[in-house]
Parts: sequence; C-alpha cells; structure tokens
Amino acid sequence: MNAVRRAATALRWYVRQLTGEGKWDEYVATCAATGERPVSRREFERRRDHEREHAPGARCC
Amino acid sequence: MSTQSTRTPGSPTPSGGSSRMTPRSIAIWVAVAVVGAVCWAVLALSRGEEVSALWILFAALSSYAIAYRFYARFIAYKVLGVDDTRATPAERHDNGRDFDVTHRHVLFGHHFAAIAGAGPLVGPVLAAQMGYLPGTIWIIVGVILAGAVQDMVVLFFSMRRDGKSLGQMVREEIGVVGGIAALIAVFAIMIIILAVLALVVVNALAESPWGVFSIGLTIPIALFMGFYLRRLRPGQVSEVTALGVAMLLLAIIGGGYVEQMGLEEALTLSKEQLTLGLVLYGFIASILPVWMLLTPRDYLSTFMKIGVIVLLAAGLVLAAPTLQQEAVTEFALEGTGPVFAGKLFPFVFITIACGALSGFHALISSGTTPKMVAKESQVRMIGYGGMLMESFVAISALIAASVIDPGLYFAINSPAGATGADPTTAAEFVAGLGFSITPDQLTAAAAAVEEQTLISRTGGAPTLAFGMSQVFTEAFGGGLAAFWYHFAIMFEALFILTAVDAGTRVGRFMLQDTIGNFWPRYADLSWKPASWSASAAVVGLWGYMLYVGVTDPLGGINQLFPLFGIANQLLAAIALTLCVTLLIKHGKVKWAWVPGIGLAWDLIVTMTASWQKVFSDNPAIGYFSQRSRYSDALDAGEVLAPATDVDQMEQVVFNSTLNGTLQATFALLVIVVVANAVVIWVRAIRAGGLPTTEVPWQQSHLVAPSDFFATPAEKEAVREWETAGHGSVHGGHR
Repeated sequence: MNAVRRAATALRWYVRQLTGEGKWDEYVATCAATGERPVSRREFERRRDHEREHAPGARCC
Repeated sequence: MSTQSTRTPGSPTPSGGSSRMTPRSIAIWVAVAVVGAVCWAVLALSRGEEVSALWILFAALSSYAIAYRFYARFIAYKVLGVDDTRATPAERHDNGRDFDVTHRHVLFGHHFAAIAGAGPLVGPVLAAQMGYLPGTIWIIVGVILAGAVQDMVVLFFSMRRDGKSLGQMVREEIGVVGGIAALIAVFAIMIIILAVLALVVVNALAESPWGVFSIGLTIPIALFMGFYLRRLRPGQVSEVTALGVAMLLLAIIGGGYVEQMGLEEALTLSKEQLTLGLVLYGFIASILPVWMLLTPRDYLSTFMKIGVIVLLAAGLVLAAPTLQQEAVTEFALEGTGPVFAGKLFPFVFITIACGALSGFHALISSGTTPKMVAKESQVRMIGYGGMLMESFVAISALIAASVIDPGLYFAINSPAGATGADPTTAAEFVAGLGFSITPDQLTAAAAAVEEQTLISRTGGAPTLAFGMSQVFTEAFGGGLAAFWYHFAIMFEALFILTAVDAGTRVGRFMLQDTIGNFWPRYADLSWKPASWSASAAVVGLWGYMLYVGVTDPLGGINQLFPLFGIANQLLAAIALTLCVTLLIKHGKVKWAWVPGIGLAWDLIVTMTASWQKVFSDNPAIGYFSQRSRYSDALDAGEVLAPATDVDQMEQVVFNSTLNGTLQATFALLVIVVVANAVVIWVRAIRAGGLPTTEVPWQQSHLVAPSDFFATPAEKEAVREWETAGHGSVHGGHR
C-alpha cells in the first residue's frame, strides 16, 4: 500500500512539474524564504502567459 | 578562451566515465547483447516465412540499451568531457523563466515532447514500400550513430554557450557566410516541413466526416481549456488537461455518429476546402495570444504523446503481430515504387528522417533545452536518450505499417492518378504491382473503420491508423476498430496542428528578427502591423506549398515528401558540421569522427538524393526531366496520364520547376555552410585548435544525479547536499 501511495505521489509530482503547475509552489516557497509578499495566483499565471507569448518553444515533426 | 577549457578540471565527476563494471553488470550486458544478436539474426535470416514483429521490437530495444550504456557514455565523458564541477547556464543564470534548473526527468519529458510529433509516425510508413528490413536497419543504426549523437552534441555545445541557437553558433563559430546560409536554410526548411505536415492532415481528413468532426472539436476544446486557465481557475493545469483529454475522447466517439446527427454532408470536405481552412486556422492561431489556443493544445498534445507511446508498446507486445510485408520488396532494388520513386539508396534514408536523424531537433537542442539542464552529464540522458525514445516511436510505426496486408498497403498509399480511386481499378493496379487484393476486400477494409474509402489515402496517417487499429483490436479486443482508427488519426492531426501553430510562430519571430536588422521597429513583437504581416507571410508561404501539393496531379506526397526528407537532413548536415567544427576548434581532432560518421553519411545521402532529384533523366525521379517530359508533350498538344487536361499538364510543369529549384537551392546552401566550415577546420587543425565562444568554467554548487536512475553514491551525495540546507532541484521529490 505504501508503495502504491509513493508511486501516486511521484506521478502527481511529475505531472505538476511537466505542466509547470509546480512553478507556483516554488514561487510561494521562495517568497516565504525571502519574506516577500507573493502576488495572487491569477497575477502569477498572467506573468507566465506573458513570458510564453514572447518565447514560443519550437515543436518538431 | 583556452582550447583546453573543455577538459575536466579538478575532481572527477561522481559517476565519471572511469567506473569499473561489476561481474553482475557484465552478466546483464552480455545477456542484453545476446538477445539483440539473436533478434538481428532472426530478422536477417528469415525469408518468406512468418516473422513476428516482436523480433524487430526487441532488436531495437537491446540495440538502444547497448548504445546508450556504452557509446553515449563514451561520447559524454571521453569526447565531450562533460564536467559536473562546472555550473550549467541554468545554474548560473537561474531566473525561473527561460534559464531554469529543471529536474532531469521533467526536462526529459519536455525535450521529448518538443522533438517528437507526427514525423516519426509518417516517414517509416512510407518507407515500408521497400519492405520492413531497410527501414528497421536505418532507424536503429541511424539513431545510434547519427541522430542521437547530433541531438546530444548540439545540446552540449549550446549549453556551453549559454543556450545559443544553431544559427547564432554557425555564424560565430564558422563564419558570417555560413551563418547567413544557415539562417536562410533553417527558415526555408521550416516552411517545407510545415507544408508537408499540413498535407498529411489534409490527406487524412479529406472525405472523412468522422475525422473532421473530431479534429474540428479540438479547437473549441483547446479554447475552453485556455479560458478556464485564464479566467476560471488559473494554474490548474492537471485538472483542465484531464477535462480536455476526456472531451477529446468524447469527440472521437461522437464522430461515429455524424451520420445520425445529420452532419455527414456538411463535414465531408474536399482537399481544397481543408487547405483553405488550415491556412485560415494557421493565421488566426499564430496571432491569437498563446494562452487561448497554443498553450492548452500543447498540454493535450504532450499527454497524448506519452499515452500513445505506452499504448503502442503495450499493444505490440500483447498482440505480437506477424509481419505481412516482405522483408525487402523489389521496389527497393528497381526504384519503381508507387509511394515514392527511387531506389533504396538514397531514398530510404531520406524518407525516414525523424526517428533516425532529424535536423530539426538541432533547433530544440540549441536554444530551449540547454538553458534548463541542471548538470552537464545529464546531456546524455536528455539528448541521446530523448532521441532513442523518438526512434522507438518510429520503429512502432514501421511495425504498424508492416502488419497490414501489402495489397491494402499499396492501395492506400498509391496516388489517385495510379489507382483510379475506385475499388476495381485499384485492385487491378495492385495486381499489376505483384500483390493481390480484391475490390470487395478494399471496400470491407474501409467499412471496418467506417471510412468511405481507403484507396489512395496517401500521406501515411491513414495507413498508420489502420495498422494501429488492427494491432489494438488484436491486443485489447472489443471490436473497436473504427474507434482506434479515428483515435490514431486524431492524435496525428493533433501533433501536426500543434507543430503548425508553434512553427508558424517561430517562423514569424525569425522573420521579424531578420527584418528588424534593417528596420528596428519591425522586430517589436507586440507591434501589430509587424506581427500580423509577418504571420501572414509565413502562413502564405507554407499555405502556398500546401496548395501546390494538394492539387498536384502526380500526388502531393509522392512529389513533396522527398523534398521534406532531404530538407530535414540537410539541416542535420548543418548541425553535424557545427559539431565537427567545434570539436576541431577545441583541439579534439581525434574525436571529430564521432559526429563525422553521421555527417559523412548524411552528406552522401542528401547530396546523392539532391543530385538525382535535380539531374536524373528519369522523369519519375528528376524534377527537371519530369518538367521537360510534360512541357514537350504540352508543345506537341498531348496530355500525359495521370494529368487529364491541359491545365493539369501546365500545373505539373510549374510544380516540378518549383520543387526542383527549391531542391537545388537547399543543397547549395548546405554546400556553402560546409565549405565555409572546411576553411575553419584547416585553420584550426594547423593551429592545433582555435578560440571559441565557450563560456569559461565556473564552480557548480548543485548536486544532482546524471542518469535516469540515481546510483546509491549519487543518492547519498544528494542527501548530504540537501541536509546542508541547499533545498533541491525543484519540487523536492526524486
């Protein structure tokens, strides 16, 4: 059972990292460490959209 | 900058190249080698008997494992001299955006999703006309000695230069002339690639209301996901992607009911209508904000990619199908195949680009991925490993195409001009090729997957979809042949549309950047007149080539696919030339053969193919001799089949001139780059090395494992480092 739970946690972690969802957790953690006040989730995701707008990843064939 | 700088300074790397093998690991690798040798022997020796597809699968897997364990390791530690004491650009410039220390497993996923798409699914299907053996050998040997080497070495050199792009590196390390030639080549090749990929989608969806219904719905699904993430629940990507995938599956199932919904007629579109639709879509998609369409579609496509690979591998192992195609058909030797013209050499090697050697990957291995690598030694698993995974996709596609009845295979893949697009004439045509299938069998095959017809559905996608549906039906049962067929069409189209979206945007940025050198304002990405006009130009170019392909009386795939394959591999020639140049400049002439093998073979293949496409006096192969054949006939007032009137005759003349000119131009551009590089090689060899733009060594403070699986020593090192208060490489889980 423990192994199943571990695998599920690992899978969830991987999916969150792959989609970039985990970026928010990292940001919140960084803010907590530096004592900075984090912006809202909405604002944070807008900034990421803005960055993506100017740096499209090429997709190959 | 010293030429010695790539040598390992200071302490050896934790899992450096010097570790001794234990008796246990020797035993394991001997076993892998034996399995591989047995599989290859069976493939080489079986003729005219029933051969299971699993021999191909396991020949591939054991070859990959050995190449990864030994050759890739040798390249990483001996040739490149990866150095884990050296900080990567991600560590030095970490800004949480483009420079971003990323966990190696996550970066592997990102990199793989960026390099692999529909390409490895299409080329091997077309190459199956020469039998399963030539394609199998080229995919496996090609990836080990050329494709994976290119991806890894370009990744390494770009990483040592803060993630510079291929074009920038060619300009700075080879010369301005080579740099400009490379820039033009990259742009032109991208246009051709987009046009041919779009052609595959058009051919798969034409006269297929089910396909149009499901693919059409991906647009509102992606828009819904985009708005959900922007307005409703920002950042909840997993949640919305799960919703998106569920809707996607419903869209495929729903497609089976188009008739009942009374949409059949409205959704039965001709190739011309689809072309227009795709061009409009491409333009709008490239000027909309990325969050609306591009980003959500990319999430869908990434998860579909992973899902499809898992399904394919499981399906093939469970079904263990028997290969129906011959090992080597007579078309390989005669060069008279209906799918594409020309003999095994050089045309198998250019028809299969993605999966064996794909120049386009060099654009991803330079630029995006190198800015995210945590430790230098990880270039092996990401660059080499990522490409091996793509190669596995190509092998699976080749198997799917080879388990279909060969008569059906040729009926699907021969141009309409040859088959007459009718079961009776198609059956006669196939019989003329030396294979047999009855008109009833052709009709039954189409009915089984609920398509109006399968005859002359060229482009590879319908063949792959049919093969996959056969494998999955055998593996998982349940009489879902039609569902699996449209599932396969759907994900191929999804990958291609993602590539078209992203490719158009990348092309637009390149154009704006280039024109910006003369007119600075044009480079401003948020200035609408510039972004709109640049988008229109890029879409116009690939849309035009697409239209040329769609309306070509000789069959667009037959005419354009060779151009696509050659273009992609000419790009590889540029990338491999850069790799050789950099090794020589770093004073490592003795290792120049490592990318040199791939370069030499690639130049021989692409130059022979280009020469034949331009100068061959066989009108089936040479674009210009085709041109003269048709223009002579036109002057004599004749109409040559498969053209049916004077307009079509003129079209053939025009198309072959255009294709031939493009072909010659690409080859010349590559010759310019290589010639420019040779000058540098001579200079560098005489001087024993030359300065390069490599960023000087700086101490790394990160600790992270090198390979897919961390060794006990690496785990211990990571633990120590983390307890010393350093956090971890993002996310805390490993």
